[in-house]
Amino acid sequence: MNLLLLILIPLLTAVAVFMMQNNNQVRWIAFFGSAIQLILSLGLYVVYTNARNHGDTAQMLFEQNMPLFKSWNINLHLGVDGISVAMIMLTAFVVVAGVLMSWKMEKMTKEFYFLLILLSMGAYGFFISLDLFVLFFFLEIAVIPKYLLIGVWGSGKKEYSANKLALMLMTGSALVLVGMFILYFGGGKSFDILQLAQTTIPTWTQHICFPLLFVGFGVFTALFPFHTWVPDGHSSAPTAGSMFLAGISMKLGGYGCLRVATYLLPEGAKEYANIILLLSAIAILYGAFATMMQKDLKYINAYSSISHCGFVLLGIGMLTKVAITGAIMQMVSHGLMTALFFAVIGIIYERTHTRQVNEMGGLLKVMPFTITLLFIVGLCSLGLPGLSGFVAEMTVFVGSWENPDTFHRIVTVAGCMSIVVTAVYILRAIGKTAMGPLKEEYNNLSDAAWHEKLATIILLVGIIAIGVAPFWLNDLVSPGAELIMQKIQMAK
Amino acid sequence: MEPGLYHLLFISAALFFIGVYGFLTRRNLIAMLMSIELILNSVNLNFIAFNKYVWADKLDGLFFTIFVIAIAAAEAAVAIAIIINLTKNFQSIDVEETEEMKY
Amino acid sequence: MPNATYMMLIVLLPLLSFLIMGLFGRTYLKNTAGIISTCLSFLSTCLAFYTAYGYFFEYGKINGVYQKLIPFNYLWLAFSEGLSINMGILLDPITAMMLVVVTLISLMVHIYSLGYLKGEERFPTYYAFLGLFTFSMLGLVVASNIFQIYIFWELVGVSSFLLIGYYYEKPSAVAACKKAFIVTRFADLGFLIGILVLSFYAGTLDFNTLIQRLTSPESNELKSALAASFLGISALTWGMILVFVGGAGKSAMFPLHIWLPDAMEGPTPVSALIHAATMVVAGVFLVARLFPIFAISAPDALEIVAYVGAISALFAAIIACTQTDIKRVLAFSTMSQIGFMMFALGVSKYGGEEGLGYTASMFHLFTHALFKALLFLGAGAVIHYVHSNNMKDMGGLRKQLPITHFTFLIACLAISGVPPFAGFFSKEEILLAAFQHNQTIYWMALITSGLTAFYMFRLYFSIFWNKSYHPHHEDEHGHHGEGGFVMMMPLVLLSVGACLAGFIPFGKFVSSDGTALVSEFHLQFSIAPVALGLTGIFTALFLYKTENDKPDKMASTLRALYQIAYHKFYIDEIYLFITQKILFNCIGKPAAWFDKNVVDGLVNATGNTTQVLSEKIKKIQSGKVQEYAVYFLVGVFGLAMVFIYMWK
Repeated sequence: MNLLLLILIPLLTAVAVFMMQNNNQVRWIAFFGSAIQLILSLGLYVVYTNARNHGDTAQMLFEQNMPLFKSWNINLHLGVDGISVAMIMLTAFVVVAGVLMSWKMEKMTKEFYFLLILLSMGAYGFFISLDLFVLFFFLEIAVIPKYLLIGVWGSGKKEYSANKLALMLMTGSALVLVGMFILYFGGGKSFDILQLAQTTIPTWTQHICFPLLFVGFGVFTALFPFHTWVPDGHSSAPTAGSMFLAGISMKLGGYGCLRVATYLLPEGAKEYANIILLLSAIAILYGAFATMMQKDLKYINAYSSISHCGFVLLGIGMLTKVAITGAIMQMVSHGLMTALFFAVIGIIYERTHTRQVNEMGGLLKVMPFTITLLFIVGLCSLGLPGLSGFVAEMTVFVGSWENPDTFHRIVTVAGCMSIVVTAVYILRAIGKTAMGPLKEEYNNLSDAAWHEKLATIILLVGIIAIGVAPFWLNDLVSPGAELIMQKIQMAK
Repeated sequence: MEPGLYHLLFISAALFFIGVYGFLTRRNLIAMLMSIELILNSVNLNFIAFNKYVWADKLDGLFFTIFVIAIAAAEAAVAIAIIINLTKNFQSIDVEETEEMKY
Repeated sequence: MPNATYMMLIVLLPLLSFLIMGLFGRTYLKNTAGIISTCLSFLSTCLAFYTAYGYFFEYGKINGVYQKLIPFNYLWLAFSEGLSINMGILLDPITAMMLVVVTLISLMVHIYSLGYLKGEERFPTYYAFLGLFTFSMLGLVVASNIFQIYIFWELVGVSSFLLIGYYYEKPSAVAACKKAFIVTRFADLGFLIGILVLSFYAGTLDFNTLIQRLTSPESNELKSALAASFLGISALTWGMILVFVGGAGKSAMFPLHIWLPDAMEGPTPVSALIHAATMVVAGVFLVARLFPIFAISAPDALEIVAYVGAISALFAAIIACTQTDIKRVLAFSTMSQIGFMMFALGVSKYGGEEGLGYTASMFHLFTHALFKALLFLGAGAVIHYVHSNNMKDMGGLRKQLPITHFTFLIACLAISGVPPFAGFFSKEEILLAAFQHNQTIYWMALITSGLTAFYMFRLYFSIFWNKSYHPHHEDEHGHHGEGGFVMMMPLVLLSVGACLAGFIPFGKFVSSDGTALVSEFHLQFSIAPVALGLTGIFTALFLYKTENDKPDKMASTLRALYQIAYHKFYIDEIYLFITQKILFNCIGKPAAWFDKNVVDGLVNATGNTTQVLSEKIKKIQSGKVQEYAVYFLVGVFGLAMVFIYMWK
């Protein structure tokens, strides 16, 4: 399978979207483009597992390598392993759902869809590139449209949020860039991930580089205390923007932390693991407690994202194979779940014109479909078995517990405690929104429209597919985690 | 006393500093333009002086001088065009009043 | 060997019911939802009986010992080589017994609800939730893996949440369902950590391997688990205590019981199924499942189980004497009876005669499921008739509700331990086991059983005797009798069970180590409890048979005690204080404040600093050409100086 397709199709879609005459054409083109991409990513999964089952043990499959800039040794090096395939599938699911959720977007539709598709291209490119420079290029492509999405199509204090988000993410990118160059000069003048993994990078380089790269990518995935763009950014963004932001962008960071920082700099990872654990444990609990006090549905989900993304970093920081597998699963799970949550919030907001939980109540009566989804996604968020959140969190916990010392135990128990706090805030939000007496003014609300139903069902399928049958995802990502672990174990 | 390189350099330096002084103190754009011409001509003088006294067998200095003269002419044309436009907009050729391009 | 397909069907049929009702019920099956679900439930029940019969009488026993069979095992999620979550079926005596209990009570509730919830708008949804619950509960009892039990444990929790919140427009129901979920969730945290501890030391999650590794004295796993210690208690004991915390939460043991009385906000048949007969005994089941480890390797943890059980039993019985909401009385009585089961396990030892407590506990679980479901369904019939939960609105209903009255009486006699009803036999065994092993607990239990008889008959007399019944809203809804055949049939069937279940030679089938345990009947031993029970009954008769002011007088004489018990020892208030005042005000609010002002403040401060700084230095960009020229010249001269004097 030619991985370039994954970048070309969004690119073509984006161009096609730009050439369309009216909004209807724009929507359908965007939808078809993203649907083809979804089919392609599912196909990629099939082809990938097939190749693996036939005994292809190469670290990366479907590799392509063409020089872009010889003198700097920059190559367009593409390739996927199980982790990337999982992330690509996540992206494809979220993109289709996001496109469908924006069906009624009337303001500058063409530009909106163009940016959405461009953003998705950045994400796909990020997940398949094996060259740090190209990776960084796609990372930036995935960030910049977000500034416009929030600044132009957002709501509330959108300019502030857009600025904040763009500046904080750019700061993260800058750190990544610096780290990347140090790595380049310290590791034999190569940006190639696979080559860098083979070379021995001096310890002091690792110790300098790791924090730069980890914090840089960590900003994307809401590493405490660099998480404050999350609540503002999510709450100001349009529905699809929030979905992309939480479902895809935050995962770029997690993937980068794992693939670039931890994998290439295992000694650095060992050196700073305890700090990561501490920060992620704080993020998990503190995010959860901060969520309890929020009154806006989007803020609730945004803060809970901080808490949930803490599990990703916790899993990485634990440095065991199971925990890292769990971290990846948590990325996929959280991406789907939080995208669905934002979609549901979007549906509710479009009808009630408020996101304050106190102003709602009893909506189950008038919008049974939407609110059932709210229940499901809430339960997923608090880790109900049968839905994806449970599988991921439990994998992280089991993996974390493999570290026998007291510090790791305490951190794990702190992480576990969040399942109670999560239950508190989720039930509080659901209870106030969905249950209780229905307010007079909401008597005539309509339930979700077809495109909203389709969008949410697509995401729901993903959540249930992981929750009911987690083995396929586990089989997909754990060899990748295994490789990363091997590298860590070999390091001093 | 035969005038030597040092004399010429002295004149050129004097011309240069007069030009700089004029450029910095004059508020009139035309006067500033003239100061720039002085600076350019001091450079020309330098070129010629070095050409004559140091590398008498070469013509590089002369060529450069011709180039500078040509450029100075072009520059004067552009500058005057700008000055005319400014006069239209501000009804003045005082630099103090044409400080639109700030922060 | 058991038929794995049949066993899977037992579990999956209710799931099918859930899926059908959940996906299509609201649009297509508005009227037929109940019938379809009941049929599926019936099928599942038949298969459960078939399997239990087959297990107990045909293939289960090899050399006189009941085996632990695993007819089905599927790798669901592999963590590492040793640790994996398997979805499997473990068939042993308690599983077989629980299968029968769960499917039977579930079927009864399915049938009963046909009448009880007739005409409800969300009728199919209700049946969907029932299906989900039954599925999860069955999955829990057949679990072959400790993580599988945790998975279904959470699922029963959520179905309980959904069913308590069935009347979602009632704020009290919403509060109750949230409370139930969060309190049990808190307990599950303990369970989860317990699982992690056990799995770390045992290196497996599979029940059979786990038990085998943690009970045989020579195994390395057991040695390491005993060697590691935290705060002077071995890791294994910690693990077992934490697992028990989970069990205590689900089984509403003191002090995690506060959700159970509130859970009565759900529809009454649900209370019968979930909060009386099946889900709340999951904790007992869990302890029984891990009983060998408790008994052999962690006796300290078992001691805790015993005391928590005994305290809960007594504590709940005292509260039950003062409550006026009939469902709450029943709820506290459930808690008290589960306390009995718990401490019966707690005082038991592993194997042979010493394992009497284990058998007794399971026996009591079995009989209790029958008579407590009966009591709840009876109470449901009463509530259906009176449209009130409060005892004060009732009285003299024996004429209006003859069948309910009769069956309720049987259930009351059974729970009070009057021979020859079911409760007598199981309770005697429990008391005997307690007597043999722990005198303190025995005396607590004896007092509790006296109190049980008293409050049950207080309830009985208040509903069916006392003053004569004057309906308040007669003109509004008229009399619809007892609720028809569908509501009465389960009552009658269950009352037959409550009469006869005691005669089952339970020890033959269920014992701690699988061998048959012949329980002897000690006449002289049962004199004390029976006499105490009868005293309780007669006291209730004396106080509540007719309308009088004796109860009020008694309450005012024992004012302080009465008030405390009436307010459930203020445990709710303590919890409320902890959650509202401490959790929200002292952690939640500061965290939110800190985030908004400190962390985000720093981010904004960075932005502001940059802005202020740029405000300062932008003055350089004045727009005056000559100033720029000065800067330029200064720069050139500066560089020239550097070049000339410093560049050597």
